[in-house]
Amino acid sequence: MTFTRTLGASLTALAFATAAFADDSSIIVQSTTSTANSGLYDYLLPLFQDKSGIQVNVVAVGTGQAIKNAQNCDGDVLLVHAKPAEEKFVAAGFGTDRTDLMYNDFVIVGPEADPAGVGGMHDVQGALTKIADAEALFASRGDDSGTNKKEIALWADTGIDPAAGSGEWYRETGSGMGATLNAGIGMGAYVMTDRATWISFKNKQDYKIQVEGDDDLFNQYGVTPVNPAKCPAVNVDGAKAFSDWLLSDEGQSAIAAYKVSDQQLFFPNAPKN
Amino acid sequence: MQNIGEAFSLALALVASGDADLFEIVGLSLQVSLSATVLACLIGLPIGALVAISKFPGRGALLVLMNALMGLPPVVVGLMVYLNFSRSGPLGFLGLLYTPTAMIVAQTILIAPIVAALSRQVLEDLHAEYAEHFRSLCLSRMQTVSALLWDARYSLLTVALAGFGRAVAEVGAVIIVGGNIDHLTRVMTTAIALETSKGDLALALALGLVLLTIALGVNAAVQSLRMSARRQAYV
Repeated sequence: MTFTRTLGASLTALAFATAAFADDSSIIVQSTTSTANSGLYDYLLPLFQDKSGIQVNVVAVGTGQAIKNAQNCDGDVLLVHAKPAEEKFVAAGFGTDRTDLMYNDFVIVGPEADPAGVGGMHDVQGALTKIADAEALFASRGDDSGTNKKEIALWADTGIDPAAGSGEWYRETGSGMGATLNAGIGMGAYVMTDRATWISFKNKQDYKIQVEGDDDLFNQYGVTPVNPAKCPAVNVDGAKAFSDWLLSDEGQSAIAAYKVSDQQLFFPNAPKN
Repeated sequence: MQNIGEAFSLALALVASGDADLFEIVGLSLQVSLSATVLACLIGLPIGALVAISKFPGRGALLVLMNALMGLPPVVVGLMVYLNFSRSGPLGFLGLLYTPTAMIVAQTILIAPIVAALSRQVLEDLHAEYAEHFRSLCLSRMQTVSALLWDARYSLLTVALAGFGRAVAEVGAVIIVGGNIDHLTRVMTTAIALETSKGDLALALALGLVLLTIALGVNAAVQSLRMSARRQAYV
């Protein structure tokens, strides 16, 4: 008696849960923590949803994980920032085509005290070399994200292998951008972050931007619909509608209009057609 | 430390303002974790009861395994469920990834061993007391199991609460299989993780206080149920 009643209740609960499940009128976007944490989607998605009636569900993880998830067909659109990895994704047939969407830049933030003396530098390789020489603490994402890939590439330019100092002055947190900023600030380490996350980050304490303005710190985002040839369950129309809208004049001006503390976070640069 | 004071007032303000997003998140947390608790009890209690009254070779090893599974890492459970429910996985055709159902499945797997292992201990102790009595009544195995489960129902409620507590507090599994999607799969713990990563520690802590209050509420509800049932039993 009790058993049948509880069984009934749990089946009802399950049915309820399934009712909330996404159908054809929704898409899943595999994306990065930087775009989600900065509040960009909270601003953009209602605009798109009102216009198209398509519900957009964003899964915000590191670029590396986002690409893996999309390769497992667990997404309809990929919106990340690691161009070489995205191009590999398309070349392997997982994406239909990748298009530049918007950009911002990376900065290196550090404590007021600036133990490595890099404040005001515009040469990122020079700054990283100084940090390594001083063995000043540096917190890395260490999670194969777009930011992490970029940081590793910048270290490679300097000819320094920071992994040699891993666990000592080079601290790999293996977490998202916000978590790494929290950890870095907690231990007084320099952190490389995208500007959007930094501007909207609320736990800055005595940290400020120490290094910025190097062309090498350019941060390009791209949008790639997932290929239905590889993933038959993809919502092709929904994915196309969303990426077309982002790349349209309307989507591009919406991206430009998004501001936090009066600062524009992302700069649209989709190719004009 | 000012964060803590700020968090308290923020938590109060959030609840008082009747923030619709907050209630949606709280509702989903309860729906997912309570469903998982019910399912875990349906699976775990019979297993716990059967093992409690049975003697068979390898029983000691099974007990060690059951007890060890109480320490299943949520992230590992999440990953296993993800790999199965992924569209490229064996159960991908169900389209369950990034839904509350997937979150219920993950939490059920996480806490069913807790329910089984703890109920096994409770029922075995009880069975030791009643074994003679049951034998004299010539009860079948099923009758013994149902008599034990009924007799230990109040202790088993605590077992269920232990499972619920683990489910509602974990973040590792639901964030992988649910994806922390706003208005679809965002629950209290994933919302707390998100606010922490935005550096909004006061809001994160405020949500933590709300979660703690919900856990208190569920426990108080069960406690009052138990007390009123006891009172009725004595009338």
